[in-house]
Amino acid sequence: MDFELTAEQKMIVETAAEIARDFGPEYWREKDKKHEFPEDFWKSLVDAGFPGILIPEGYGGGGMGMFEMLLAMETLVSEGCGLAGEWFLCLSSIFGGASITKHGNETQKEKYLPKIAKGMEFCLALTEPDAGTNTLNIKTTAAKNGDEYIINGQKIFISGADRAKGTVLVTRTTPVDKAPKKTLGLTLFIVDLPNPAIEIIPIEKHGIHYSKTFEFYINDLHVSKENVLGEVDKGWYLLLDTLNPERMSFSAAACGLGLLAIKKAVEYAKERKVFDAPIGAHQAIQFPLAEAKSKIEAARLLNYKAAWLYDRGQECGAEANMAKVAAVEAGTEAVYHAMQAFGGYGYAVEYDVERWWREINLIRLAPVTHQMALAFIGQHVLGLPKSY
Amino acid sequence: MDVIVCVKQVPETAEAELKIDASGKKIEKTGLVFDINEWDDYALEEAVRIKEKFGGTVTAITVGPEDSDSTLRKCLARGADKAIRLTDPKFEGSDAFATAKILHSVIKTMHFDLILTGAQAGDDGSAVVGPVLAELLGVPHAAMVKKIELGEGKAVVNRELEGGLEERLEVKLPALFAVQTGINEPRYVSIMGIRKAMQKEIKVMRLSDTGLNESEVGESGSWLKIEKLYVPPVEKQAEFLQGSPDEIATKIVEILKSRGLI
Ligand SMILES: Cc1cc2nc3c(=O)[nH]c(=O)nc-3n(C[C@H](O)[C@H](O)[C@H](O)COP(=O)(O)OP(=O)(O)OC[C@H]3O[C@@H](n4cnc5c(N)ncnc54)[C@H](O)[C@@H]3O)c2cc1C
Repeated sequence: MDFELTAEQKMIVETAAEIARDFGPEYWREKDKKHEFPEDFWKSLVDAGFPGILIPEGYGGGGMGMFEMLLAMETLVSEGCGLAGEWFLCLSSIFGGASITKHGNETQKEKYLPKIAKGMEFCLALTEPDAGTNTLNIKTTAAKNGDEYIINGQKIFISGADRAKGTVLVTRTTPVDKAPKKTLGLTLFIVDLPNPAIEIIPIEKHGIHYSKTFEFYINDLHVSKENVLGEVDKGWYLLLDTLNPERMSFSAAACGLGLLAIKKAVEYAKERKVFDAPIGAHQAIQFPLAEAKSKIEAARLLNYKAAWLYDRGQECGAEANMAKVAAVEAGTEAVYHAMQAFGGYGYAVEYDVERWWREINLIRLAPVTHQMALAFIGQHVLGLPKSY
Repeated sequence: MDVIVCVKQVPETAEAELKIDASGKKIEKTGLVFDINEWDDYALEEAVRIKEKFGGTVTAITVGPEDSDSTLRKCLARGADKAIRLTDPKFEGSDAFATAKILHSVIKTMHFDLILTGAQAGDDGSAVVGPVLAELLGVPHAAMVKKIELGEGKAVVNRELEGGLEERLEVKLPALFAVQTGINEPRYVSIMGIRKAMQKEIKVMRLSDTGLNESEVGESGSWLKIEKLYVPPVEKQAEFLQGSPDEIATKIVEILKSRGLI
């Protein structure tokens, strides 16, 4: 086993760290407070070509893998950007880039990939109010009408839909009761945005205020059959190639947030003295941070393995879900105890850790809830009966 | 425009805790992070901008150990076309003069319109490699350069002087400019650049390739020898001002005025 990064990978990490130094916690405190999109941060990522990491060289990308993407994300997050270091890259490069790279036809690849590599923003419209975690139960339908489809339905929690120039839209083309299997009958579409047939309404949320998330209503949206991404009715299987790297991205974010919070807590705990010794000398402060750090490092390795499998085109669902479970627990523990180390200052906006707490709280709820990741492991890794 | 940029890999010392090694002449290198010298970063960026505007080539060149390759790769990723690393155990201990001689031995065989160096290096801060190299090559030089405008066979440069002054000079090309930080805003290494950098070669040259002999390089070829490296003892510099807030404020103003600070 070779844990040494290649010269190329080291340069990605160095560049990510350099960008993160230029857009540190103070910058994000401000963006979060003002609910403002980080234009200059995104421009820097685009200038450095980060949205193109996964995109093949023939389409203007770096032709690298998910492992390289994780290195970039983890470093951006842990070196100061917090969740934002992963979030925007996930929306554009995973939802748009990875989906189209894996399943787009030549025309779609030529149309979208070079633009995504240059910063075209994307989103994924999957979740629905009445289906929630039960994706197979979605109600958004795409009805065939000659050479086109007419799409109607409602989505919820669609992040970045205000800025995205395109979305991967998940629909049902065959109703559940008519499909040979529940997992058949879903179809993915690429839809250009904004679109008069799509209305979006922002949802006020707990954190990540520098990016908006929306209710997403689709009324008689006409799209050509050329817009189908991959095969009709096989969308569920194709979606996994987007959802697995999405999971890995958020595991990288959880690990990165944990590392960032630990680093800040350690700096603070070395300096802060209220009794004789600095608070970091107390086991009650030190041990939980040490424990969280160890768990994060373990989760990172598992996440790297998931990426390694994905990059080789191998089955990676088990590793991606297990890494997600491990990363969320480790990262959440880290931020929790970092906040504890800060005492009352942990609750003050100025010390940033409260923002990371709000950010990491998302990762147990999305992109897959913690319970559903555990249910996957129980059923598909352990071979236990389906729990629901 | 063919531009040569001299770069050096140095330890990042801004936040590191530095220790002197057993020889008492060097810092302990273990645990330190190495990167391109900050001033050289600006020099490289300036060279790449010149190439983008006028065409030509950029060659990055360093005298340093094998692990300086990461600095050269960074230069290649940022847009340099070629990289040369001068490495030999005999080069160790070279002062600024010996380093300039090593650079000169190679650069004199190359075509160039312009040589850029950093105004100084973040580790030894000697700030003379550039000027000495220019003298050896017999070309004009300017140091602390804040702005470069290129014309036909000449350049107009702004130099930073003390006291917030700037000087504007016309310089005949080929020339050497030692650039000051802030001359531009260095770009990030890009993913595409990283890809391209991996396909470019780093040419390695040893003492035998330079035409110099042992006595001209390293400690024996140097004019300066480090006697001792040390952390200066902390001196008592704090002065507690007594009195009412108004009196203290008046005293502070007097002190600042007496030092020429306001
Ligand atoms: C900020 C934010 C951004 C998001 N961005 C996007 C986006 O860009 N695109 C998109 O498509 N979606 C997005 N989502 C949606 C997200 O993926 C879903 O919220 C998530 O999958 C959970 O669905 P739900 O909220 O409907 O929860 P529900 O499915 O209603 O689940 C509620 C609770 O019940 C538990 N539960 C449900 N079923 C079971 C079971 N069988 N066994 C055990 N426990 C169960 C769940 O784990 C959860 O705790 C986003 C969500 C948030 C909060």
